Amino acid sequence: MKKAKSISRAKWGYIFILPFFVTYFIFSFIPLVDTIRYSFFEYYRSGLRVVGPNFVGFDNYISVMGKDFFDYLGNTFILWMLGFIPQIVIALLLASWFVDVRLKIHGEQFFKVVIYLPNLIMASAFAMLFFTMFSTSGPINNILISLGLSDSAIDFMGTPTGTRLLVALMNFLMWFGNTTIMLMAAIMGISPDIFEAASIDGTTPRQTFFHITLPLIRPILTYTLITSLIGGLQMFDVPQILTNGQGNPNRTSYTLIMWLNNLLRAPDYGRAGALSVYLFIVSGILCLVVYRMVNGNDDYSSKKSRKKKGKVK
Amino acid sequence: MVRNDFGKMARSFIVHMVLIILAFMCLFFFYILIINSTHSHAELQKGFSAVPGSSALTNFKAVANDGTFPMVRGIMNSIVVSSLCALLCTYFSALTAYGLYVYDFKLKKAAFTFIMVILVMPTQVTALGFLRLITNMGLYDTLIPLILPSIASPAVFYFMYSYLQSNLQLSLVEASRIDGCSEFRTFNTIIFPIMKPAIAVQAIFTFVGSWNNYFVPALIIQSKDKATVPILIATLRGADYMNFDMGKVYMMITVAIVPIIIAYLFLSKFIIAGVALGGVKE
Repeated sequence: MKKAKSISRAKWGYIFILPFFVTYFIFSFIPLVDTIRYSFFEYYRSGLRVVGPNFVGFDNYISVMGKDFFDYLGNTFILWMLGFIPQIVIALLLASWFVDVRLKIHGEQFFKVVIYLPNLIMASAFAMLFFTMFSTSGPINNILISLGLSDSAIDFMGTPTGTRLLVALMNFLMWFGNTTIMLMAAIMGISPDIFEAASIDGTTPRQTFFHITLPLIRPILTYTLITSLIGGLQMFDVPQILTNGQGNPNRTSYTLIMWLNNLLRAPDYGRAGALSVYLFIVSGILCLVVYRMVNGNDDYSSKKSRKKKGKVK
Repeated sequence: MVRNDFGKMARSFIVHMVLIILAFMCLFFFYILIINSTHSHAELQKGFSAVPGSSALTNFKAVANDGTFPMVRGIMNSIVVSSLCALLCTYFSALTAYGLYVYDFKLKKAAFTFIMVILVMPTQVTALGFLRLITNMGLYDTLIPLILPSIASPAVFYFMYSYLQSNLQLSLVEASRIDGCSEFRTFNTIIFPIMKPAIAVQAIFTFVGSWNNYFVPALIIQSKDKATVPILIATLRGADYMNFDMGKVYMMITVAIVPIIIAYLFLSKFIIAGVALGGVKE
């Protein structure tokens, strides 16, 4: 009797996960296979003439993996790091402040609402806004000059550092509130009893943060790091709109996805395919590194079996 | 004790200063944007003024009547796409997470591992194949390919799964079964409400993600009447816009941003409360 019951429930497991897998198969798996297939073909348009598709083996992989690839990979990584480091530090700080009962923050609700606001702003509109604001005749330069902070208009987007910092600033502003809310949700998921006990034992806020909060929110921290890393690798909208797809000056803000976008539009399906496969490998490696790093020696499978013990059959 | 009080005050002071600076940074650009959208082109050429002008209506009319950048239509398209994405994505991610967490079946471990593996995959990686597939399916230049794929969102699934792990007591499922509740109904009436905080947070993130999405729509959408807002903004950036009426340009960005801000002001309480609810457990 018991056995029959568990079989009928297994069926429900399959039914519940079916929509996900069917959708994934159609819209991601088939395209992935197709992308890999195209990467072995010469298939592009030059002027009005379409070349291919002709099978060329690994030629596309060789032609894509040039100096450009490493330059753009470097750009993407720098842009991501510049935004992510301040983002995670500030978010951890704010999250621990917001949930600290001993700290009475005036206008707490207001601050929470405000810091999340930029995340709702469309990245492309935000980049367009920064472009107009930081242009040589834009309001930022007007303000700096009228305050006497600068004698002449600063060409923010004329230098590699300037453009990169603007991109990083935008990414930081857009994501630190989001990360704060995620981490807050995680910290608040910790039983208040633990904090209470710590408080009775006389821990300082610093001790509470490093010895209680941080270890307990590690799963959500992993999630944040992984998603941000993937997001960083996908960085496109902000530099694309800010530099009008050029990555200027001198392609120092040109990201990998901007390159992919241009290859897809050319169109040069062969090289776009090869680049996609490289991106797939890079993102796979990065994620594995982070996953291992954050999880340390904590074996996932042992964690699962411990969980299972508490399960009703 | 006195030293302790002083330390507390200093900490409180630093906390408030940091918060004020961050809040200023968040609001400053939008303040300039909204102020500038109320000035005429001639006024803007003279330099920045901190007080609102009187050309808001003129600028707005110029934006609404501009056939080159159909902003109103774009906003409608974006709302439709983003709402449906948020709905489908959160519901099916929660369903998948529940299915994998609660039930035991042969392929359970394989399915979970598979999702964890594809968690890393950026959608851009498959963009080439996706574009070809959509073209072959006859869905090129429609909104459907922007909506349907959101059913399978590994990252949202992972969040929901983590949430279930720390918040769902299986005795609840058991109790529901004893009461004769069907599996599907158990999910819809008992589990789904328990997951509300996670769903609210993820619905917002998904909505925003879809609203912000520029890469895929830019590849799929061709005709102007199907363009979402990011595509119109990109068109604006690509145009020789320096010759444009700057008041109109600012108003266009405002129109792209403000509906979301208004929606957010209504929802913010719910968002923060939803996040706070996530802490209620055990």
